[in-house]
Amino acid sequence: MATIDIRSVRKSYAQTEVIKGIDCAIADGEFLVMLGPSGCGKSTLLRMVAGLEPITKGEIAIGGRVVNDLEPKDRNIAMVFQNYALYPHMSVYENMAYGLKIKGMPKAEIDAAVKEAARILELGPFLDRKPRQLSGGQRQRVAMGRAIVRKPQVFLFDEPLSNLDAKLRTQMRVEIKRLQSQLAVTSLYVTHDQVEAMTLADRIMVMNAGVAEQVGTPLEVYRRPASTFVAGFIGAPAMNFMPGRMGADGRSVGVDGGLSFTLAEGAAAAGRPVTLGVRPEHLHPANEIPDATTIALRVELVEALGADTVVHGRIEGTSGPILARLPGTARVAIGDVLPLAPAPGELHLFDAETGRRMAA
Amino acid sequence: MIARRSWTDAIPHLVLILGVAVFAFPIYVALVGSTWDAGTIGRGRLPLVPGPDGWANYDQALFGDRGGRISYVPVSQMMWNSFVMAMVITVGKIVISLLSAYAVAFFRFPGRMVFFWMIFITLMLPVEVRIVPTFEVISDLGMVNTFAGLTVPLIASATATLLFRQFFLTIPDELVEAAKIDGAGPMRFFFDVVLPLSRTNIAALFVILFIYGWNQYLWPLLVTSTREMETIVIGITKMLGTSDAQTDWNLIMATTILALLPPVAVVIAMMRTFVKGLVDGDK
Ligand SMILES: Nc1ncnc2c1ncn2[C@@H]1O[C@H](COP(=O)(O)OP(=O)(O)O)[C@@H](O)[C@H]1O
Ligand SMILES: [Mg+2]
Repeated sequence: MATIDIRSVRKSYAQTEVIKGIDCAIADGEFLVMLGPSGCGKSTLLRMVAGLEPITKGEIAIGGRVVNDLEPKDRNIAMVFQNYALYPHMSVYENMAYGLKIKGMPKAEIDAAVKEAARILELGPFLDRKPRQLSGGQRQRVAMGRAIVRKPQVFLFDEPLSNLDAKLRTQMRVEIKRLQSQLAVTSLYVTHDQVEAMTLADRIMVMNAGVAEQVGTPLEVYRRPASTFVAGFIGAPAMNFMPGRMGADGRSVGVDGGLSFTLAEGAAAAGRPVTLGVRPEHLHPANEIPDATTIALRVELVEALGADTVVHGRIEGTSGPILARLPGTARVAIGDVLPLAPAPGELHLFDAETGRRMAA
Repeated sequence: MIARRSWTDAIPHLVLILGVAVFAFPIYVALVGSTWDAGTIGRGRLPLVPGPDGWANYDQALFGDRGGRISYVPVSQMMWNSFVMAMVITVGKIVISLLSAYAVAFFRFPGRMVFFWMIFITLMLPVEVRIVPTFEVISDLGMVNTFAGLTVPLIASATATLLFRQFFLTIPDELVEAAKIDGAGPMRFFFDVVLPLSRTNIAALFVILFIYGWNQYLWPLLVTSTREMETIVIGITKMLGTSDAQTDWNLIMATTILALLPPVAVVIAMMRTFVKGLVDGDK
């Protein structure tokens, strides 16, 4: 129904620039999640798409039509807010019907649309209640109902689940995913929760300080993070980083502490300062991985999570902590020295200066 | 346990009963006084039980000509004047302050804070302070002895504007934005969302402002000179002072009781709304 094109969009408040030039094309029916730490400008970008914030520079087009100068109501969008933003004095029915009433839709059609939304969201028994008589999850469903009755071209979500408890969050996440694929409406979804992002998204835009660090499918973002920021932000526990230097052969990296790792693909740039990354889940007992550089990890802390055991430790002679995620059956005690090795092809190489991915 | 509970209940009750007695006793005396003839009260020995003349007193106060004495306006006329004055002041103030508070709270326009502070400063100048210049203006406009002259200067003040502004600031931005996306323009948002949410505040203010208007003394005294425009508060004070013969205490007390009724009626009418607001008021 609608594509969204974000072209070199910038946003400044007075002197401070909070969105520093973002480009992104979102396909029809795609679910794009904007993920990033608090304050990185996710909401600001979403609100510019919604028309709630003026666009300082650049262009946003919805369905091929530039919407920079259109009012929110003329953009054919619907938005779900973090705090639900339901009208407290209106019943669930009136909350959902309000937008349609303003549009001047005939009463019978409004009634049909609201009843249909209530059926999809299982809100039938609550139509006469006021928002304050509903639980958090029900309120959020009303907010979604208000969005879907309008049959918009675009759904916008701003951290819609962050006020719910963990269990409800999981449940609503599934529900949102189901609804979105059922209705096939192009969606932008803001969150700082990577699990939400990974599970909901067709593609994720990882944002940091007003720039889009990477746009890619969840697996791309996990497997080939475009920068140290993305690498550190996606995945829990976070990726281990080791500062080092490219060897003369352009294939091996010597890291602080004297170890040397050989990369699957070369990156040239001999002698360059680099950051080598490896995820905790890709460190395995050294005897399982032949011909790999062995890391001798002195264990400082053991977190037994049941399915996994997360080991915090240090390589002799280096300062940075290294985490490893071992199977829950691993027997590890504090003070042990574990011989670990990275799985083949699971090393990530970043330029130490720019933080951008080099190869591997 | 039960004994203790009744003991701790007793003290607040005692205090309340004492308080009610202190406040209610003078009203009771007035009520009783309005049912005796002037002679009985005049002798200074007012019985504390109702007397036989209530009907006659009220009838005479409301509609009577008071035995042909000059310069007399029936209480019904004065009550009507007071009622119109209080009502116009109340409604006028609420409407104007709702609108100005809406502008100041929800819109960014040049000089917004300047206007806000200008409104705020008028709070510091009560009617009495600006009474002379105000009278000058009203009389130049030819509004002496009119309802307009009686009410307009009292409508312009900031108390309610400030109150509504503070309330409006508690309406979450997200709600405003949700309405924008729903396509509600500023006026629609005002009538469909802001106004219904303000109901409790409006009801409370209505009571306060109605009583404020009803009790006005100095300004009506100044701006009305004809008998037809006299308000009840002024009427009562005149009954007290000007009488050359015996003071008609029975009529004064009947008038006082009558003067109480409209504010009481307003309180009772509005009570339901703001009690409902308090009960509903959880977020
Ligand atoms: N109205 C505003 N005026 C000035 N700065 C703002 C305003 N709104 C947001 N910001 C700033 O813009 C940055 C991005 O905000 P936001 O988009 O809300 O972040 P996020 O949603 O990613 O947490 C923040 O640093 C915030 O302080
Ligand atoms: Mg935000």
